[in-house]
Amino acid sequence: MHRSSEVKHVASYLNTRGCECFGQPCESHCPVLTDRTIHVQLKTFIKIRVKPDRTGVVTDGVKHSMNPFCEIAVEEAIKLKEKKLVKEVVAVSCGPQQVQETIRTALAMGADRGIHVEVSGKDYETLGPLQVSKIFAALAKKEQADLIILGKQAIDDDCNQTGQMIAALLDWPQGTFASEMTLEADKMKVVREVDGGLETIKIKLPAVVTADLRLNTPRYATLPNIMKAKKKKIANVKPADLGVDVCSRLEVLKVDEPPQRQAGVKVETVDDLVGKLKEAGRV
Amino acid sequence: MGIFQRFARLPLKSTYIWSLCPQYSTDLTAVDRALILIQHRYVHSRGLGASPANPGAAPPRLPFSRVTQEVLAFFRTLLPGRTITDPDLLKSSNVDWLKTVEGNSEVLLRPKTTEEVSQILRHCSERNLAVCPQGGNTGLVGGSVPVFDEIILSTSLMNQVITFDNISGILTCQAGCVLENLSNYLEERDFIMPLDLGAKGSCHIGGNVSTNAGGLRLLRYGSLRGTVLGLEVVLADGRILKCLATLRKDNTGYDLKQLFIGSEGTLGVITAVSILCPRKPKAVNVAFLGCSSFQQLLETFQYCRGMLGEILSAFEFLDASCMSLLEKHLKLTNPITESPFYIVIETAGSNATHDEEKLHQFLEEVMTSSLVTDGTVATEATKIKALWSLRERVTEALTHEGYTYKYDISLPVEKIYDLVQDMRGHLGDMAKNVVGYGHVGDGNLHLNITSPSKDPALLAAIEPYVYEWTSEWKGSISAEHGLGLKKRNYIYYSKPSEAVALMGSIKAMLDPKGILNPYKTLPDNIH
Repeated sequence: MHRSSEVKHVASYLNTRGCECFGQPCESHCPVLTDRTIHVQLKTFIKIRVKPDRTGVVTDGVKHSMNPFCEIAVEEAIKLKEKKLVKEVVAVSCGPQQVQETIRTALAMGADRGIHVEVSGKDYETLGPLQVSKIFAALAKKEQADLIILGKQAIDDDCNQTGQMIAALLDWPQGTFASEMTLEADKMKVVREVDGGLETIKIKLPAVVTADLRLNTPRYATLPNIMKAKKKKIANVKPADLGVDVCSRLEVLKVDEPPQRQAGVKVETVDDLVGKLKEAGRV
Repeated sequence: MGIFQRFARLPLKSTYIWSLCPQYSTDLTAVDRALILIQHRYVHSRGLGASPANPGAAPPRLPFSRVTQEVLAFFRTLLPGRTITDPDLLKSSNVDWLKTVEGNSEVLLRPKTTEEVSQILRHCSERNLAVCPQGGNTGLVGGSVPVFDEIILSTSLMNQVITFDNISGILTCQAGCVLENLSNYLEERDFIMPLDLGAKGSCHIGGNVSTNAGGLRLLRYGSLRGTVLGLEVVLADGRILKCLATLRKDNTGYDLKQLFIGSEGTLGVITAVSILCPRKPKAVNVAFLGCSSFQQLLETFQYCRGMLGEILSAFEFLDASCMSLLEKHLKLTNPITESPFYIVIETAGSNATHDEEKLHQFLEEVMTSSLVTDGTVATEATKIKALWSLRERVTEALTHEGYTYKYDISLPVEKIYDLVQDMRGHLGDMAKNVVGYGHVGDGNLHLNITSPSKDPALLAAIEPYVYEWTSEWKGSISAEHGLGLKKRNYIYYSKPSEAVALMGSIKAMLDPKGILNPYKTLPDNIH
């Protein structure tokens, strides 16, 4: 059975808390191939700097790239196509001109065509899960998609809302935090990673699935595919064309850096250590 | 005065048969080679110390003084809490990273300042105590650990950045700064270190300079001989040589720092370095390509040079055997289809669009002309790191195969892989793996041969065959690793005897008692 599916990914916002392994700066809100820099390195990562006016973090001149969970979503979609379970994979991203690069990466991985929903400037800065999910709901209807796959959350804002909102707007079933998904006739079996372990559910298509870390390992886009991707089409759409108002209902009041960690003190001997602990009232 | 005379004073039984071997020169005739082979067999059967059968082994201990309680008391007063004598703590400093050589030093000193280093060396010089300077202990030729009971002089607490000028990009720091820490420090200020190597998490800049480390960026930024602007060195008798200039141009007299760069701690202890750092590139791209033959790899290199030109910052290769070891031991995945050869190309420039355009044009060219069979490109940090780890972690993967015989050879670029194939044929079943990888852009091959455990027969088959092969093509038997303990006696394969003799004279002049890192770098017998 063939289905056309659209691959979409989660939007992302500022993550001012900074998770323990990703430190990243940008705020591209894109349910698709969200742009943000991935600095997954224990030792090196790009320093996130708060803007002087404390309204956000600095994104100018910072390298943006696909959200890692979204990459996993793209990979899953392409796997479905390779198994001939879906007919077409469409990669969608919302944002300024630069997101086209991320769409090209998805095309190089194997997506068939791309859709770039143009959102730039002030609108882009305030783009959040609600607006993105509205855009997706509109696109899904227009393209008659059967399956929407996106990353569970964007690593710059950790909202984890877009997938769920899309499902609600479309009144479609959802399988979130998927670590395994299998298409069985017109139903999707999804194994979800939940706090207590793994939950297996069966949802009817059309549906929304959000990808978790263990769903797959994304492939590298190889050169022959990168070359082919240059010829694939990326359509341009504006939110207004889809009848979506991207005005935000949220106002960021302020963004602060986390408090500076105090330097530790090195002591020479065990006695010194005990002395210092006593001083600090810990012993 | 000097090494030769000291050897002459030793009792006959410890005089090395090595001295009977004919002088090696870089032009070995067939007769020479036959003669050497005969000598090797003779010596091998005698089973003597540092012999051609095992030229990397240590010679007998030279008559340095031993560490007494009085000496320890002096050190303890000079460096309270930083004079280590606990054998458990000393253990890791007595063994090299490859776990192939072990000394039995009883004292590890951790000075914090140049003045302390000076006092230590003055004291050791007066009492004829041998010293082994040690940085990150990541050297691969046994040069960073004591052979006997030399006092270990560690730079681990000399880890302060002294100054950084962000207009000129000149960094001055103490010798014990870890390379990666310096990289991080500079990156925050929009600069980078001019060198980068797999050991960056542990190696000290002082050690890098002492060994004239090469690394992955040499292709772009040149060697330390160009980027180091000044050094502060403590000489064997404790005198401090303050040549820590921060000037790009200074032609006033002989350039003494060049003597110490690459001297492997045998001419002086480097305590501070001033180095010229390049700006951090705004755009870094890494391409990982597969080639079906070495000839095509070389042609790809030429295209690279032509089309990528000034943005090319690294050109490395590894072969299929390396890839299978990475997959087997480190569970890394091959991002592209299996090929006999893999290339890692890095570009670094100031304009992302410009660089990507150039890179894509280059990739299109090499793909359509079938020089390259497959490849992938990375533009963002995680993927770049992942692709680089395929080249950087080969050394690590090899350690899981048992015992590794490492050879770091410089050859004319076309001949690089011929050596690997020749060795495979020559060793046959004796070796478990014969792999080649390295800085092909610099003409530097890392030839590694593994066996489940140390195998003297295998060693005899490899050496001196590999060195003769290298010498025949006028290559270097140690491109960047240095000579240390293991390769000191092979120096004649790459340097004429007059040069080595002069090295001996310089050593005698700067360190008459020979207390600085003895048994290393220079051959046991200079003739």
